[in-house]
Amino acid sequence: MAVYLFKRLIRVVVLLLLISLVVFMLFSVLPTDPARLTCGKACTPAIIEANRHRLGLDMPYIQQYWLFVRGLFVGRTYFAESPSPIECGAPCLGYSFKRGEEVSTLIKENFPPTFWLAIGAFILWMVIGVFTGIYAALRRSKWQDKAVSGIALVGYALPTFFVGLVFLFFIVLKWGLLPYPSYVSPFVNLTQFLQTMILPWITLAIVSAAFYVRLTRTQMLETLGSDFIRTARAKGVKERVVLMRHALRAGLTPIVTAAGLDLAGLLGGAIITEAVFTLPGLGSLAISSVNDADLPVVVGITLVAAFFIVMANLIVDLLYPVIDPRVRLT
Amino acid sequence: MTQLNEASPVQDDAVLRVTDLRTWFPVKSRGLLRRKIGDVKAVDGISLSVAPGETLGLVGESGCGKSTAGRTMLKLIDPTSGSVELNGRDITHLSRKEMVPLRREAQMIFQDPYNSLNPRHTVGTIIGTPFRVQGVDPAGGVKAAVQQLMERVGLNPEHYNRYPNEFSGGQRQRIGVARAIALQPKLIVCDEPVSALDVSIQAQVVNLLADLQDEFGMSYILVAHDLSVVRHISDRVAVMYLGHIMELAPRSDLYERPLHPYTHALLSSVPVPEPGAAAKRERILLQGDLPSPINPPSGCVFNTRCWKVQEQCRVDVPLLREYQPGHFLACHFPEEKLHIGETIVGPQAPLVDNDYSLQSPEERAEEAARARRGEAWERDEPGDFGLGSKIQ
Amino acid sequence: MTLIDGALQGTSSDSFLEVRDLLVHFPTEDGLVHAVDRVSFSLEPGKTIAIVGESGSGKSVTAQALMGLITRRTATVEGQVFFEGHDIVSMDDEELRRLRGKKMAMIFQDPLSSLHPFYSIARQLVEAVRVHQKVSKSEARDQAIAMLHKVGIPSPERRIDDYPHQLSGGMRQRVMIAMALINSPDLLIADEPTTALDVTVQAQILELLTSLQEEFQTAIILITHDLGVVAEVADDVLVMYGGRAVEYGPVDEVFHSPEMPYTLGLLASVPRIDRELGERLDPIPGNPPSLITLPKGCVFFPRCTYSHEVDGQTCATVRPELESTSAGHLVRCHLPADVRRANAVAKLALIAASHTKSGDAPS
Ligand SMILES: Nc1ncnc2c1ncn2[C@@H]1O[C@H](COP(=O)(O)OP(=O)(O)OP(=O)(O)O)[C@@H](O)[C@H]1O
Ligand SMILES: Nc1ncnc2c1ncn2[C@@H]1O[C@H](COP(=O)(O)OP(=O)(O)O)[C@@H](O)[C@H]1O
Ligand code: SF4
Ligand code: SF4
Ligand SMILES: [Mg+2]
Ligand SMILES: [Mg+2]
Repeated sequence: MAVYLFKRLIRVVVLLLLISLVVFMLFSVLPTDPARLTCGKACTPAIIEANRHRLGLDMPYIQQYWLFVRGLFVGRTYFAESPSPIECGAPCLGYSFKRGEEVSTLIKENFPPTFWLAIGAFILWMVIGVFTGIYAALRRSKWQDKAVSGIALVGYALPTFFVGLVFLFFIVLKWGLLPYPSYVSPFVNLTQFLQTMILPWITLAIVSAAFYVRLTRTQMLETLGSDFIRTARAKGVKERVVLMRHALRAGLTPIVTAAGLDLAGLLGGAIITEAVFTLPGLGSLAISSVNDADLPVVVGITLVAAFFIVMANLIVDLLYPVIDPRVRLT
Repeated sequence: MTQLNEASPVQDDAVLRVTDLRTWFPVKSRGLLRRKIGDVKAVDGISLSVAPGETLGLVGESGCGKSTAGRTMLKLIDPTSGSVELNGRDITHLSRKEMVPLRREAQMIFQDPYNSLNPRHTVGTIIGTPFRVQGVDPAGGVKAAVQQLMERVGLNPEHYNRYPNEFSGGQRQRIGVARAIALQPKLIVCDEPVSALDVSIQAQVVNLLADLQDEFGMSYILVAHDLSVVRHISDRVAVMYLGHIMELAPRSDLYERPLHPYTHALLSSVPVPEPGAAAKRERILLQGDLPSPINPPSGCVFNTRCWKVQEQCRVDVPLLREYQPGHFLACHFPEEKLHIGETIVGPQAPLVDNDYSLQSPEERAEEAARARRGEAWERDEPGDFGLGSKIQ
Repeated sequence: MTLIDGALQGTSSDSFLEVRDLLVHFPTEDGLVHAVDRVSFSLEPGKTIAIVGESGSGKSVTAQALMGLITRRTATVEGQVFFEGHDIVSMDDEELRRLRGKKMAMIFQDPLSSLHPFYSIARQLVEAVRVHQKVSKSEARDQAIAMLHKVGIPSPERRIDDYPHQLSGGMRQRVMIAMALINSPDLLIADEPTTALDVTVQAQILELLTSLQEEFQTAIILITHDLGVVAEVADDVLVMYGGRAVEYGPVDEVFHSPEMPYTLGLLASVPRIDRELGERLDPIPGNPPSLITLPKGCVFFPRCTYSHEVDGQTCATVRPELESTSAGHLVRCHLPADVRRANAVAKLALIAASHTKSGDAPS
């Protein structure tokens, strides 16, 4: 088991490094010149070159990448020659010259909105999705099933930005049912937090729940037809227990897999939803840093997002044996 | 090889000669680690031969290696060691490609009439495949030949353009039979040809197989677990247990004067449709499980369940020797007497953990998906059927 | 077994189990499936009745209807099933649920797929106990261990925490039997309990079932397609064909003087280990009927080799009823009883003749 975990973790690290390398390389082929962006209107080639050198952008890409990787493991010092060098301790994700902040600080500051958005939406859509899916399976081919499946299909097809904008337009702007979203920490002002988050949550939930409705319905229909369900009924088990403890449990694996990956994906930033509702999360940070060609921030966010997904994969894999004793380690 | 002295179960003038054949499959543990934990010794040193026009029955409990033996003899699975000779030619090391022309001489009929036919091909195409693959041009054309075959196996030749799903189980098995006899092979391996069929249909297919043999004189290897069916069609019968042949004898010798304790037990467990008959028969109840083919018992593989076991059985491997003319046996303490009316209970064999899997759940899911896409039906091509890809 | 006479009017019954005109139809996209078509039989406490027939003849549906497992939402269920005086067909879901697993239990053909793959044996057995008895978990566990011991699982304290996939096929079926009998039901329905097992294991399981039956006085409905199994364990036998009961009576009687041409054909067509049947088997020609488009008259008519002995088009157009031929022996066939018996004698003599001719049968 320990060996297995160790091997998997090594693979995680290698994978993350590869991802960062790819992002680096993408930037190297971009036409924008980050050094050019560092100076304003009154720019001379000399200033640009000076900045380029100061920021280390005149080094070959491979060397820049090496410095970055080194920083990840042992930390890194920026502006070593200047009077006020900046110490960036390991794991150093880099330093944004544009914003004059360490990337990890930026990410830490922008993470809470993303976190709350992801967790809230996730709980909402899982509850809605799974229970509606079960309901549809029980009413199989009845009108209720068809209605649910139809609605799910529409929800599945709707683009997030559309749902978000419709909510924003009607509920906030037109009818004024909620104040304009403005993020605060739940520990500072819970009411305002909830007022801000409720629409983004519902937006994400509508779009994702649809998928879980369909997945749960298929899984339930499959397991409800199996022999062990017949056995449970033959034992005299109550129908509710047959559903929740026998059927749902048996169909859980794909649902858990999808849920884990979806949650992880959201934790890396819900770009569209955050943009629509102007939440200061990782997604918003990602967009603005791409606009600014702020390479260190982009690489940092990409790494964090990839980290969540890779870890979710690992956790889901470790969960399989918990769910299904047939794949338990022996 | 030691067991082959002058009274060998491998005859010279045989269609098929199998010598000390072994087929082992590597096994991985369950779960995430999937280490290799050993080999399934599915077939572990069997020797036998099949004479022209003869039917050899291969019986035994599930998992004892009957199907694997049958498939290895036709090189659908590569043997681990030993040799196979078809019509005097050693085919042990031939490649798939080199085997193609030899498929004219040896064919196979599968158990499952539902999965062994490609659902997207018409019956005419399926039965005509051997002609095309082997480049044979029958007089009058393929279509006429196929229709003749259909007529011969009791299908309506007008159904030439129908698809397998339009036929019943018995009829599908007839399609499989027609395909197998198309090129008049010398040998057909029938793997459980009737066990998926209803009782009233089984007899129809059994009769068809017998009639075809009378007409074309081919040899059969009949792999089956139904001892009554095997008795009805076989000339000689080999009893397998855990990859080994325990007893090999002419049919009437084996069924009426069994010598191996396992054969006694096996025969006595077959229920007969005769109320009150139990009192007039032997009654030997084996206990516990078949040992795992990964860790077979030392000495005689049957020793954990044998009701005659002695110390020697746990140490010395009994070799398959000729005990009476034509009657081969692998046992240190043969049992000549029938125990009519007695009840004998075997020793309590240890329980066997079923804790290994041949495939991981993902592999199984993958295989199921492939089957759904229709790729599992490639066995339809006689040049390359089966492939041992479908694990039972 | 005097059921048919009083069958039509009665609304209750003193018998242990009495099935009257049970009918199950499934509406499907292809048409109405006549899975069970007015089947009647009865069973005494502690006795065994076997239901035989080929696949698709309606055996399993009959069994599930008896257990109340066929949802009325997807099927039509008519007729009456009196179990200890109460009609199962007219019970509501909750009444049925309390009966299932307590008074009547069921085991199935494939023990692996019939056990929940994710729960340990212990958990599944404990659940079976606690659904019907108000006992603590550890008490239920003790009962489970005792029951596993009874069904012949060695060191059950150790095995009980195993998962189904860790056991062999025979052991799994033992677990199913333990689970079914743990609340000492009066009726056990076993749907092809040994079909998926090897003969040696089948012998063990049949032995176990009969010895437990003696101990608990459980009545058993044994569904099988193996005539050998019927002869070995059953008291009575019900032969089903195309959703109908075509012959019904004590096993001795039905096996020694089968009167319905289908039963006769079945007995004559199976190769037997205790007899030489001659060169060729004697198959029943043709295929079983589709339960959607059943023949109008006798369901067996398209395959029957005796129908020409009945006047005109009767077999093709008139549905024969299940009628008494001798005490407790019922047959569904238009042929006159003496002709049926003569046919049976002739065919069975043929088998016996080839048996003596070859002269080398062991028994
Ligand atoms: N491709 C394979 N990989 C690994 N193991 C295999 C494979 N094919 C068969 N086995 C194993 O080899 C053994 C013999 O299998 P085989 O199919 O020959 O048995 P059999 O006697 O035909 O049984 P049955 O009566 O169930 O058909 C079994 O333990 C089986 O699990
Ligand atoms: N839920 C169902 N819906 C439609 N048809 C069914 C259903 N269950 C069984 N049947 C049909 O009823 C017939 C009898 O089935 P069954 O009782 O399972 O046969 P067997 O005698 O092999 O046990 C079959 O044709 C089967 O397809
Ligand atoms: S060798 Fe021994 S253990 Fe094996 S079958 Fe013979 S008597 Fe039994
Ligand atoms: S009623 Fe007619 S067709 Fe049916 S079994 Fe009797 S003789 Fe045959
Ligand atoms: Mg096999
Ligand atoms: Mg059935």
